[in-house]
Amino acid sequence: MNEMTPPKEERSAALKGLGCSRKRVEDARFTQGKGNYVDDIKMPGMLFGDFVRSPYAHARVKSINADKAKALPGVIAVLTAADLAPLNLHWMPTLAGDKQMVLADGKVLFQGQEVAFVVATDRYVAADAVELVEVEYEELPVIVDPFKALAKDATVLREDLEGNMEGAHGPRRHHNHIFTWEQGDKEATEKVLGSAEVVAEEMVFYHRTHPCPIETCGCVASMDKVNGKLTVWGTFQAPHAVRTVASLISGIAEHNIRIISPDIGGGFGNKVGVYPGYICAIVASIVTGVPVKWVEDRMENLMATAFARDYWMKGKIAATKDGRITGLWCHTTADHGAFDACADPSKFPAGFMNICTGSYDIPTAYLAVDGVYTNKAPGGVAYRCSFRVTEAAYFIERMIEVLAIELGMDAAELRAKNFIRKEQFPYQSALGWEYDSGDYHTAWDKALKAVGYEDLRKEQAQRIADFKAGKTRKLLGIGLTHFTEIVGAGPVKNCDILGLGMFDSCEIRIHPTGSAIARLGTISQGQGHATTFAQILASEIGIPADDITLEEGDTDTAPYGLGTYGSRSTPVAGAATAMAGRKIRAKAQMIAAYLLEVHDGDVEWEVDRFVVKGAPERFKTMKEIAFAAYNQAIPGIEPGLEAVSYYDPPNMTYPFGAYICVMEIDVDTGEHEIRQFYALDDCGTRINPMIIEGQVHGGATEGYAIAMGQEIAYDEIGNVKTGTLMDFFLPTAWETPHYITDHTVTPSPHHPIGAKGVGESPNVGSVPAFSNAVHDAFRAFGLRQAHMPHDHWRIWKIANDLGLHG
Amino acid sequence: MIPNSFQYHRPDSVDAAVALLTQYGDEARPLAGGHSLIPMMKLRMADVQHLVDLQAIGSLKGIAVAGGTVTIGAMTTQHELINDAALAKAVPLIREASLQIADPQVRYAGTLGGNVANGDPGNDMPGLMQCLDAVYTLSGPDGAREVAARDFYEAAYFTAREDNELLVSVRFDAPKGGYAYEKQKRKIGDYATAAAAVLIEKSGGKCTSASIAMTNLADTPVWCAAASEALVGSSLDDAAIGAAVAAMKSAIDPQEDNRGPVEFKTHVAGVVLARAISRAASRA
Ligand SMILES: Cc1cc2nc3c(=O)[nH]c(=O)nc-3n(C[C@H](O)[C@H](O)[C@H](O)COP(=O)(O)OP(=O)(O)OC[C@H]3O[C@@H](n4cnc5c(N)ncnc54)[C@H](O)[C@@H]3O)c2cc1C
Repeated sequence: MNEMTPPKEERSAALKGLGCSRKRVEDARFTQGKGNYVDDIKMPGMLFGDFVRSPYAHARVKSINADKAKALPGVIAVLTAADLAPLNLHWMPTLAGDKQMVLADGKVLFQGQEVAFVVATDRYVAADAVELVEVEYEELPVIVDPFKALAKDATVLREDLEGNMEGAHGPRRHHNHIFTWEQGDKEATEKVLGSAEVVAEEMVFYHRTHPCPIETCGCVASMDKVNGKLTVWGTFQAPHAVRTVASLISGIAEHNIRIISPDIGGGFGNKVGVYPGYICAIVASIVTGVPVKWVEDRMENLMATAFARDYWMKGKIAATKDGRITGLWCHTTADHGAFDACADPSKFPAGFMNICTGSYDIPTAYLAVDGVYTNKAPGGVAYRCSFRVTEAAYFIERMIEVLAIELGMDAAELRAKNFIRKEQFPYQSALGWEYDSGDYHTAWDKALKAVGYEDLRKEQAQRIADFKAGKTRKLLGIGLTHFTEIVGAGPVKNCDILGLGMFDSCEIRIHPTGSAIARLGTISQGQGHATTFAQILASEIGIPADDITLEEGDTDTAPYGLGTYGSRSTPVAGAATAMAGRKIRAKAQMIAAYLLEVHDGDVEWEVDRFVVKGAPERFKTMKEIAFAAYNQAIPGIEPGLEAVSYYDPPNMTYPFGAYICVMEIDVDTGEHEIRQFYALDDCGTRINPMIIEGQVHGGATEGYAIAMGQEIAYDEIGNVKTGTLMDFFLPTAWETPHYITDHTVTPSPHHPIGAKGVGESPNVGSVPAFSNAVHDAFRAFGLRQAHMPHDHWRIWKIANDLGLHG
Repeated sequence: MIPNSFQYHRPDSVDAAVALLTQYGDEARPLAGGHSLIPMMKLRMADVQHLVDLQAIGSLKGIAVAGGTVTIGAMTTQHELINDAALAKAVPLIREASLQIADPQVRYAGTLGGNVANGDPGNDMPGLMQCLDAVYTLSGPDGAREVAARDFYEAAYFTAREDNELLVSVRFDAPKGGYAYEKQKRKIGDYATAAAAVLIEKSGGKCTSASIAMTNLADTPVWCAAASEALVGSSLDDAAIGAAVAAMKSAIDPQEDNRGPVEFKTHVAGVVLARAISRAASRA
C-alpha cells in the first residue's frame, strides 16, 4: 500500500456504509419546513374538491339536490354516483377483491361515507357548497357488532352482493359474511385440546384504531388534454400499484399515467389503499381539464380512510402440566366494515395472522378467520405492522399470559420453556411459515437481566403485600413480550396485490466522476430511505453514501416496485439495492482488470477499490473505474456503469424482539405511569443504528397510544365517537415514555446483507408489552383478560370489578 | 374544518366593541384568544357572522394586585397568569391551575376572559373563580355591572352575560391559607375528567373556612357550600374529608362521555377532591 492510501478502516468509515449512524439526509429540509407535501403543490387554475359525507351509518339515499350548491359562485361541479355511473366509476375495486362505492349508490353504509363531490375554485367555497347540497336519507337499522351482523335475521348490508355467495376468498355463508380463511390442522388441534392436561381459553379483542399520520390523505390530479397524460401527485405508499390500478379502472394507457408521491408525512398503512377522493379528483380533472386537489381534514381521515385492527380473537392453548405447549387454536371474527378494503396480499385475506404461533415451538395449531361486514368505515390496514402481525402477536402474547395464570407459572419462564430453539432454524411452523433465523433465548436472557427481572418480581410481591395492608394504592405491573414478526412481503410465488407480484427494485447509475443516483420502487414516508439505502450501496460499491442520491416515488423514473408498507422496503428493495450494487461491482471488476492489465480473477475488492492480488500498490478506485467506464473504449465491455435489479425474495424475514414494560397503576383513578420500557430488537444486520433507534421510539410510542387509549369508537347507531384529536389519543412529548433500546444481531440467511427490517417491530412488540403490564398488575387479584385500550376508566373498571375500591 | 364566511372587526375600545355587539346582536361574537371559538366555527357548530376581535383593546389587558385585591383584565392570557410574579405570590392557586390548562401553545393565546365567558363546563377557570368568589365586570350599552362568578353560569354555554355585553375584568380578594388545584385528565391538552379547586384556612389545628369548586362534573361549575361546611370546624381528618366528598358527590351531575361512565367520574371526583383537600390543608 502506498503512503497516500489511508488504511482500510479509515476508508471504510468514510463511506458511511452499513452500521454507521449516519445523520438523516432528509432532515435538513424537514426541520426547516422545506418539505414538499401534496398540499404544498399549487398549480395555475387548480380547483378544489370536497365531499358531502353521510351523517348516518346506514341509510337509503332517497334524493340528492345540488341546485343550491351549483348556484354558489365559484362552484364548478357537483358529482354524484349518477355522474360516475356512465364511466363505470361509481364503484371501484378494493385491494381485497371486493368493490367499494366511490360515491353513494342508492345507500350509505358508514358514517362519513362519500355521497357527493363538490368541485370549486377554492376550498372555502367548496366547503360552503358542501353544506348546500341537500340529501334526503331514510335511516336503516345499523349493525356495529360483527357478531350481531352474522345473526340469521340481521339486516342485509351489502345489497349489491345479494345472492352472490361466492366471494373473492371462497364461499360466503351469510349475507354479511365476507370470507372464512383456515390454516393449520383443525382435527389434529381439536384432538390435542381434547386430551391436553391443561387448556386455557380466552377471548382476546384488539380494538379498532387508526394510523392517523400527521399528514392526512390527498392528491392533486392533472389531466393534460393536449398530450393525453394524467399526472397525479398523491400520498401514495405504493405509487406504481396506484398507476396500474388507475390504468385498469380508467382505461387510460399506463404509459399515459404518471404517479408521483412527493414527501409523505407519515403513512403507517393509512396511505396504501385507494380512496374515493383520488378517483373523484381524477374524474374531475378529466372533465374540467384543469388540476383538481383533494385533501382530507383530520376528521375525515379518522372517520373515512383506512382504520386498523378490530379483531375478536377467541383462543385456546393446550399444554402439559409443567408448561410445555402442545397446541393452539384460534377463531377470529374480523370486523372489516362496510367494504372489504383490507390491504393484504391477495392470497391472505387475514394477512399473516397465521404467524400467531409467535416465538413458540407449537407442534399443532389451527386458525380460522371470518371476515364480516358492519356499518363501519372500510380499511383493515397494516398500521405499522406487516399484515395483521400485530394482531397475531397480541393474541399469542396474551394467550401465553393466560396460560401462565392457568398453570400458576411465571410468564417469563413459560416463554423460555417454549421458545423455538436456535438450532431449530430454519423452523417450519404449524401454520405454514418457514422462520429464517432466530436466537430467542439469548435475547430473552439479555432482556430479563437488563431490567433486573427477579428483583422486579420481588418488588412486586412486596407491593402486593403493602397494598393488601392498606399502605399503598398503587400496583406494579411487569409486562413481558417476546414477539416474532414476519415481514418483507414477499415471494412472488405466493404474494401479490391485485395480481402484481410483490418483488421490488433498484436501478443505479454511476456518474463519470464517481458519484451516483439510485432509484427504487419503494417510497419513504419518514423511514429515511435516502439515508439508509445509500448506506447499503456505499458498502456494496465503495462510493461514499454522501455521494449517492436516492430517488423514489415518481413512476416515470423509478423502476416498478410495490411500495413501502409491511416493513418490506429493507427486506425487498434493500436486497434489490445490494444486488444491483453487486452487478455494478461485477462490471467494475472487469474494467479494473483491463486498466490494470490483469485477468478479472486477479483483482479483488477492498472497500472502495479493486486491488491486484498480492500487489497492494496496484489498484483502481471506484472513482477511477467510473471515469474509465465513460471515457475509454474497453474491448468487450459496453460504455457506462449502470445496473438494475428486480428482487424476488426467496422467503420472508422474521425479525424478533424482547420488550419489557414496568408500569405503576393508580387503582383509584385508573392512571398509570411507565417506569421503565426496555426494547430489545433483533432485525438482523443493522444498517443505521440511529435510524433503528428512532424507528423503535416512534413505533413504541404508537404502541403506547394504542394500548393505553387510542381507539376508533362507535356508538350503537354507528356514530364515530372519536373523530378529533381531543378524543383520539396521540401522545405528546409529555405522555411519551422514555425508552431503553438494545439489540442482538441474528442476520437473515437469505437476504443479501442479512437485514430483516425494523420499522414495525416496535408497534408489534410494544402493544402486548404495555397491555401485559396492565394485566400483570392485577394478576394477583384475579384478572385474566381486560380489553384494550387501557384508558383511565377501563383500568378503574378492572379495579372496581375486582373489588379493589372497598 | 373550514368555517362559514364571516366579517372581521377589530375595535380599539370597549365602547366600540360594545357598539358592534349591539349593532349585530346574536350574529356577532367577541373573539379573544380564539382557542375555544375558532374550533367551534371550524366545526361549523358556531355560525358567527361578525367576529369582534378584542386584541386591539389595550384596556382589557393587565394584572393588578393592590391592597389584597386582585383585578385581571379579560384579555390577559393564561401564559401571563402563569408568569406574573406578583400574582403567583398573592394567589399561587391561579398559577397551579393555569399550568394544568391545555398546553403552552394554547396558553399563549387563550385568555382568562375567554375562558370564563365561554360557558363550557370543561373550562377550568370558571370553577376556580367560583372557589375564589370572584366578581366579573361586564360592560354593555347601558354601562357596567357586576356579577358574582357563583351566579354567572346557567347551563352549558349559557351565562348571565347578554349578547351585547363584554366581560372586561375579573376581581377577587387574595385568599389566605392553603390552596390546591387537582385535575385528572387523559393527556396534555385535555379537559378535566374531574377537577377540584380548594381553599382552606386553619387556626389552632381546626379548619376555620373552606371553599370548594368542581369542574366538568355538571353542565356548569359546581361550587359546593355543603362540602365546604363539612370541613369547617374539623381537624381535616379522614372523616371530615369523607363528609366533604359525600356532600360534593350529591351536588355534581356528571355525564358519560369518552372519558368514562358516570360511576367512574363520580369516583374520581371524590379522589381528586380528597387529594386537593389534603394538599390544601398541608399548605394552610
Ligand atoms: C387543545 C386545547 C386544549 C384546551 N384545554 C383546556 C383545558 O384543559 N382547560 C381549559 O380551561 N381550557 C382549555 N382550552 C381552552 C382554552 O383555555 C381557551 O383558550 C379558553 O377556553 C377560551 O379562551 P380564548 O381566549 O381562547 O377565548 P375565545 O375562544 O376567543 O372565546 C371563547 C368564548 O368566549 C367569548 N368571549 C371571549 N372573550 C370575551 C369577553 N371579553 N367578553 C365576552 N365574551 C367573551 C367568545 O365570544 C367565545 O364565545 C383548550 C383549548 C384547546 C384548543
